[in-house]
Amino acid sequence: MTKKILIVDDEQNIVISLEFLMKREGYEVSVASDGEEAVARIRAEQPDLVLLDVMMPKKGGFEVCQEVKSDAALKGVRILMLTAKGRDTEVAKGLAMGADAYMTKPFSTKDLVEKVRGLLAEH
Amino acid sequence: MLSGGLIVSVSFAYLLLLFAVAHFADRRAGEGRSVIANPWTYALSLAVYCTAWTYFGSVGRAASGGVWFLPIYLGPTLGFALSWLIILKMIRIAKTYRITSIADFIASRYGKSHLLGGLVSIIALVGTVPYIALQLKAISSGYALLIGEHDGAYRPIHTGSWMQDSTLYIALVLAAFTVFFGTRHLDATERHEGMVAAVAFESVVKLVAFLAVGLFVTYGLFDGFGDIFSRAFADAELASLFTLAGTGDAGYGGWFAMTLLAMLSVIFLPRQFQVAVVENVNEQHLRRATWVFPAYMLAINIFVLPIALGGLLLFGAGQADPDTYVLTLPLAHGQEWLALLAFVGGLSAATGMVIVETIAVSTMVCNDLVMPLLLRLRRFKEAADPDLTGLLLGIRRGAILAVLLLGYLYFRLAGEAYALVSIGLISFAAVAQFAPAMLGGMYWRGGTRDGALAGLAAGFLLWAYTLMLPSFAKSGWLDASFLEHGLFGLAWLRPEQLFGLQGLDNISHALFWSLAANIGCYVLVSVLRSPTGREASQATLFVDVFQRGQAGLPASFWRGSAQVADLLPLVARFLGTRRTMEVFSAYARERGVARVEDLKADAGLVHFAETQLAGAIGSASARVMVSSVAQEEPLGLDEVMNILDEASQVRAYSHQLEEKSRALEAATDELRRANEQLKELDRLKDDFMSSVTHELRTPLTSIRAFSEMLLDDPQIDLAERTRFLGIIVSETERLTRLVNQVLDMAKIESGHAEWHNSDIDLRALVEHAVDTTAQLFRDRGARVEQDLPESVPTLRADHDRVMQVMLNLLSNAAKFVPQDEGRVRVALRREGDLLRVDVTDNGPGIPPEFLVVIFEKFRQGGDQRSRPQGTGLGLPISKQIVEHFGGRLWVVSTPGGGATFSFALPLGGRGESAAAAHNEIE
Repeated sequence: MTKKILIVDDEQNIVISLEFLMKREGYEVSVASDGEEAVARIRAEQPDLVLLDVMMPKKGGFEVCQEVKSDAALKGVRILMLTAKGRDTEVAKGLAMGADAYMTKPFSTKDLVEKVRGLLAEH
Repeated sequence: MLSGGLIVSVSFAYLLLLFAVAHFADRRAGEGRSVIANPWTYALSLAVYCTAWTYFGSVGRAASGGVWFLPIYLGPTLGFALSWLIILKMIRIAKTYRITSIADFIASRYGKSHLLGGLVSIIALVGTVPYIALQLKAISSGYALLIGEHDGAYRPIHTGSWMQDSTLYIALVLAAFTVFFGTRHLDATERHEGMVAAVAFESVVKLVAFLAVGLFVTYGLFDGFGDIFSRAFADAELASLFTLAGTGDAGYGGWFAMTLLAMLSVIFLPRQFQVAVVENVNEQHLRRATWVFPAYMLAINIFVLPIALGGLLLFGAGQADPDTYVLTLPLAHGQEWLALLAFVGGLSAATGMVIVETIAVSTMVCNDLVMPLLLRLRRFKEAADPDLTGLLLGIRRGAILAVLLLGYLYFRLAGEAYALVSIGLISFAAVAQFAPAMLGGMYWRGGTRDGALAGLAAGFLLWAYTLMLPSFAKSGWLDASFLEHGLFGLAWLRPEQLFGLQGLDNISHALFWSLAANIGCYVLVSVLRSPTGREASQATLFVDVFQRGQAGLPASFWRGSAQVADLLPLVARFLGTRRTMEVFSAYARERGVARVEDLKADAGLVHFAETQLAGAIGSASARVMVSSVAQEEPLGLDEVMNILDEASQVRAYSHQLEEKSRALEAATDELRRANEQLKELDRLKDDFMSSVTHELRTPLTSIRAFSEMLLDDPQIDLAERTRFLGIIVSETERLTRLVNQVLDMAKIESGHAEWHNSDIDLRALVEHAVDTTAQLFRDRGARVEQDLPESVPTLRADHDRVMQVMLNLLSNAAKFVPQDEGRVRVALRREGDLLRVDVTDNGPGIPPEFLVVIFEKFRQGGDQRSRPQGTGLGLPISKQIVEHFGGRLWVVSTPGGGATFSFALPLGGRGESAAAAHNEIE
């Protein structure tokens, strides 16, 4: 069964690149451009994995992460956080919020694809 | 007609009641539940000021002098309101050094001088004995009136021998009372609680009695105040009583002198000093007294004029003696019981005065006249009687009896003479002589013993010459010719026109000359030589009494050596062994020493012993006694100054230390503030760096992702490939722009930007900017309108920078206008000294919460999905530029209604000079 991936980012170009990468890997992809839309789509589509940007309008990535992780109905949703803020505290904060993995921008496409595979294989 | 027996019985019953009150107060004091330890009692006891002379005499004065009775009351009222700080200082000094009389106060201040104490005691004695006589006379004539021993005009007829004279018995009873309650203990600083309670009680009685008579006259005999006054005004002679001029005295000068006299006497009369200072329990009580006492004076004066006018209207002028209206008005109208009450009120006023005055004067006589003489007797020194308390009490009791008998004697001898009648003010003038030495001593360090002696002696002599002798002459005891022609026939020595001074009444005249001579001699003789060591040390202890115990002021100036074994028996000789052990044990406990014998005989202990003795025998005698058992180093002025210098150095050091620690604290605060500022700057820098990092990473992320994808996958079709490469290029451009703007921003903020100022034509600049961005708007399908005036004045600024602002605003507008329906309007206007540019678009507008933040770095507005390419630095940089030229950049917007970005630049003036100044610095 094809895994579903939700890409959440407010940067158009990054969305384009991520979408291309994930589709190439054969995943089913949907897109959200802010935190509120992301939560709505996660509830509606129950994706297997969310590629989640941290700095976004309306609702930040950390909030989205916290909301998803505290909802038992969304237990199966993995979260990979992507951020342009590379400081250690940010990473620690993300992991504390329950993110399953964390990558800083700019990322290596290979690493990202591997990480996504890894996260989805754990199922 | 009241019977003599009844009156005597009532009088004695009243005196017995006083005994009971005093006894009760004393017993309560013994139980530690003092009745006088409250401000009301204190304030009422001060009303001992109102004697029989004022009780009966003020009506008399009002009847002859109209409003002239007032100064006697205005003075104390003013005195208490204005000088309570002075009285407070006197209380503090007296308590600290156990001072028990005015004589002791002055003697102690000027180096503990026996001579000075003696002189003050004599002045007090001479000034007050006739005054006491006056009280006895008041009682006696009141008695005579009541029992009907008077002529048709209510003048008392004096008959009878000494042995039949009730006045003598009254004097003796008063002496007994005074002895009983005034000399129970030896230490005079131990307050006479019973006496004070009795005096306060008497103050109430005399007030009630006087008010009763006043009410009777005003509302019983007349129809109230209005009736009396309107009837008095109808009488030409009486109407003149209401004006100063009409009463014949010396006008405003006389008023002033009289008020001053009364003001001084309320502080310096021996009895006032006794109740206000010596008997004061708590300094706080003074506050209440500053209004209660004046209120009392007001209350007891309300009916003075009505009674005086009533008497004059009913009896007719020149008939009955106005001094006795208080008694004769009720008597003449058959109100014998009211007359009896009035008599009891007068009795109260008289006895209160006599008791307190006698105690005060006898303390002076004992400590400052008799003790010094005793100390000079070798026999007294050698006969080392271990307990002299009995002797001391004996002396004091003898003095009380002697003073009262002297008063009685004067009363018998002077009788109706002028010398007695006018003694009230004459006494006031005598005690006014204490004022320079007292006040000078409390506030001026320079006063010396010789100065005080000279001043007091000069003032006293002039007082005697200008007031006392004339009063004797008017009584017929002296040849009155020297009044007319002056001493030895020298006209300028006429006592009541001394040195030709005329136009003053005799009291003002005497007050003027005696105080002038007093102050003059005091100051002149004082400055002739510098104070001795002892004078200087006492001066410091008195003047700086409020600083006592604080760093820098020594508690005593004594230097030498002494033995506890000598000091104890010495104090015990005068205080008694039991009390001595009590006070020394308390002193030892305070210092944490277990036994009295273990006390160290240092300066502090010697000072303590001397102070204890001073309470019993006066400070001068105490000094003599202590020096007889201790080996002392005589202190010269130099030593005193050294001690004071050391003290003031300590004070200076501690002051410096305080200053330094304050400075240190301030510096610490400043550092803390600076540190916080740095921290804040650091945080801002971190935020900035973090933002910049984020802004750099975002395009980098796209660039890297697409590059890797293109590199990894050569299979990507051409269209895809071209699209990806386009993205890479535009992201690279974005990066470049960002780097440039960050650098630009940093330059402007750090002040390192270069400004190339010239006279620019803003109209041309705006047109040029619109031309430059025309393609942008064409791409979006937007229309640009220009609303520009024909011409505007040039302004001095950097052309390229202003252009940068214009381009930024226009390109923002281009980004936000709706596709194909965009309308942008550019307007330029002159507003006073400003040129203003508005760029209005019909975009989505800016939500209120973004109106401020869009000018902050990296805070772009708008919906993020449709957010155009931008670095988030354009507006902050524009704002910095406009502000650099002294202008302002702002935005007005309503969501959905488009936005208007405006900036205004000053024409010439500030912008130019600010920019010029900036350039010069660079």
